[in-house]
Amino acid sequence: MSQDTNAASSVHAGNGQAHRSRSPFRQTISALLNDRLALVGILLVLVFILAAVFAPVIAPQNPYDLSQLDILDGRLPPGSASMNGMVYLLGTDDQGRDLLSAILYGLRTSILVGISSAAIALVIGASIGLVSAYAGGRLDSFLMRVVDIQLSFPAILIALIFLAILGQGVDKIILALIVTQWAYYARTIRGSALVERKRAYVDAARSMALPDRRILFRHILPNCLPPLIVVATMRVAYAIMLEATLSFLGIGLPVTEPSLGLLISNGFEYLLSGDYWISFFPGLVLLLLIVAINLIGDSLRDILNPRREG
Amino acid sequence: MSNPILSISNLDTSFRVGGEWRNVVRDVSFDIGPRETVAVVGESGSGKSVTAMSIMRLLPPGNSRVTGRIDFEGRNLLDLPLDEMQSIRGNRIGMIFQEPMTSLNPVLKIGQQITEVLVQHRGMSHGQAEVEAVRLLEKVRIPSAKSRLNEYPMNFSGGMRQRVVIAIALACDPKLLIADEPTTALDVTIQAQILELIKTLQEEEGMSVLFITHDMGVVAEISDRTVVMYRGDAVETGTTQEIFAGAKHPYTRALLSAVPQLGSMTGLDRPLRFPQVDMATGEIQPVEPTADTVKRDAAPILKVDNLVTRFDIKKGFLRKTVGRIHAVEGVSLQVRQGETLSLVGESGCGKSTTGRSIIRLTDAKSGTIEIDGKNVLGAGKSQLADIRREAQMIFQDPFESLNPRIRVGDAIAEPIVTHGLANATEAKERVGELLERVGLSASMADRFPHEFSGGQRQRVCIARALALEPKLIIADESVSALDVSVKAQVINLMLDLQEKYGLGYLFISHDMAVVERISHRVAVMYLGEIVEIGPRQAVFENPQHDYTKRLMAAVPIADPARRQTRRISNDEIRSPFRAADYVPPQRRYLEAGDGHLFLVA
Repeated sequence: MSQDTNAASSVHAGNGQAHRSRSPFRQTISALLNDRLALVGILLVLVFILAAVFAPVIAPQNPYDLSQLDILDGRLPPGSASMNGMVYLLGTDDQGRDLLSAILYGLRTSILVGISSAAIALVIGASIGLVSAYAGGRLDSFLMRVVDIQLSFPAILIALIFLAILGQGVDKIILALIVTQWAYYARTIRGSALVERKRAYVDAARSMALPDRRILFRHILPNCLPPLIVVATMRVAYAIMLEATLSFLGIGLPVTEPSLGLLISNGFEYLLSGDYWISFFPGLVLLLLIVAINLIGDSLRDILNPRREG
Repeated sequence: MSNPILSISNLDTSFRVGGEWRNVVRDVSFDIGPRETVAVVGESGSGKSVTAMSIMRLLPPGNSRVTGRIDFEGRNLLDLPLDEMQSIRGNRIGMIFQEPMTSLNPVLKIGQQITEVLVQHRGMSHGQAEVEAVRLLEKVRIPSAKSRLNEYPMNFSGGMRQRVVIAIALACDPKLLIADEPTTALDVTIQAQILELIKTLQEEEGMSVLFITHDMGVVAEISDRTVVMYRGDAVETGTTQEIFAGAKHPYTRALLSAVPQLGSMTGLDRPLRFPQVDMATGEIQPVEPTADTVKRDAAPILKVDNLVTRFDIKKGFLRKTVGRIHAVEGVSLQVRQGETLSLVGESGCGKSTTGRSIIRLTDAKSGTIEIDGKNVLGAGKSQLADIRREAQMIFQDPFESLNPRIRVGDAIAEPIVTHGLANATEAKERVGELLERVGLSASMADRFPHEFSGGQRQRVCIARALALEPKLIIADESVSALDVSVKAQVINLMLDLQEKYGLGYLFISHDMAVVERISHRVAVMYLGEIVEIGPRQAVFENPQHDYTKRLMAAVPIADPARRQTRRISNDEIRSPFRAADYVPPQRRYLEAGDGHLFLVA
């Protein structure tokens, strides 16, 4: 028994040659790419993001350059040709705006608002949750009561109040979405950080007299990321939806920067008169985007679940 | 042997892992006779538990494949339809599992859990079942059984829960009892009680027992015949006497030589390495004696005086303190350079808390601690960082104490870099050196902890602890989670390092046999206090305190010739919980010899 008996049973440890093993992050990515549904989600999201980024290049017209619009082209059904020979693939809205172009530009706003608000809320929420869990005691109690209060109000109500005070604008809605969402991240990460903090590797780090900051961000944080990533993907979808709702209600974004929600709202009044496409196509894109993000989130939740079989 | 109860022939079990079938039990055959106890012994991954699960057909049918024959009462269990198997499981064959904390349903009363089985399997009415449940609890020697029927599992201690589990297993009068590591999670004095109970019940009920364990000491205590398993093969089968007296297979010999035996150190005053066995020839290589490493003339590296650590138990809205756990009460000890002081005791005795308090992972209430002459309890943040460089800790569970997301090389380099001992490139070199020093290769630095086995991970933890070149290492149950052979290797490594670098060890353990092997001096703890402290030889050969004697009597001895008969006691380990106004009594120690002190009641 000159060799560790467990060594040979472990596939990796058996050979003594140098190899750089894959990090947990890369393992997660490859597991994600092996899941078909998640792959569909990723491809869809990628298509939407590319479409949003390159909207000015690929859109047939700039839907907000009034000089390009012709009011006489208003409410044309999908596939109609305009006076100047251009084909409106998805039809036009009441202003004679090409819906395809409007959707591409709308995606831009929706994705920008969704991702940036979720990302900023994540950083703020995660920091607060992490500090709360590590410090414990009164600070923890105080911060978590704030989170409780925040979570006891419906998100839409908080956003409404906030926007009513601040007024309209992309920056304002991002701010409103951050305010409504940070608490979810804080609560999530605090839960996992409390578990991680008690684990022996944190004791080991403390007994080596590593600075608190380092223990917090290099040891505890990476181990709390899995649930956080799952929550974050779901929250991006939720933020996009919330923004759409607010815009639909007419208090989100100004008409000059329409998002998908505003487009749906614009076509709403024509829905019953048979001009379905004005609301339908933006709605469909919104639905696909949300479903695609949720597919990724679901798959991530399964992959990152520590109790997963195998 | 006439007509075995259970006869296993050519058992093969495979699991599907990622589309491939992996064979985990190969061609295992053995019989269990009436009223016979057969032990299946092996280290983790040897397939011993899988063998038990195969007999009970408890493996998931989709991902596992079992072939061979398992004859029980004239039928091949592997051919039975599942519903017939169901009537054998729990009825003709009872089973006890390792973890008494999880094998009982926490939200059902004990009484319900027993009567459920009786009503289901034996068709009793509820009234009858209740009477029978009391009889069963009395059978497993649970005091005032009747009144305990209405309690929940959380009101029972680990040992008592295991008794309840045994009572449930006995409910249907099984012909065969399969016990899968039933005492591994228990303290040594409780383990002795449960082993004794199983033995007595076997005689009373006339059943056969299949006992699965990793502990050679337990095997020697309980079994008539023994099957030694190694990586899926049954390498040796024979009567327990034969195997212990003259094992033939090199693995069995290696396993036996790695088992620490209480009393094997009589007459020696220094620690002793474990002998290594050549796996090819089965020859045992002689051990070289350890050098005298203790620096008696220098000041002690660790000095603890009257250490007290208590945890307040608060209740209610106003968080009023209703009581305290007196985890550590008036502990004083010293460790010299090159010396190993072992703190030994059962769970809840405060030995780990003492270790954690010393480097301030847990806040002590009062007392003084000096590490290398520096006051620990009064130290500020930067002084504490300096002190922690002198004293490093190695934890029990090597799977837990390494951050799973950091490569081991980075984990070892981290303290070197953050303490400014070297820059990143120099640190990398140091990491390679440290890994080699603990018997790993420098090229392993790029791996993640999950790619190592348990023993290798513990080596990584030791390398990390050595990174700051400490003078004192606090090893908190550092070898308890390891397999016997790996445990022996890690202990040998620790002794090597002590010889080379003059390290002082505070070795915290519940395992008397290991402690006897590794220590210069021993302190026995009970309920937060040191009840006896002194040179190892004096404490082991001439124990003074009652608790020390009890502890030593409870340790299973890996020698069937020295099997002891004990009476079944019901003594539980008491809790150090006290009311808020409790004032601990003043303690007095008597001297039994040079530096050998014990507590007087």
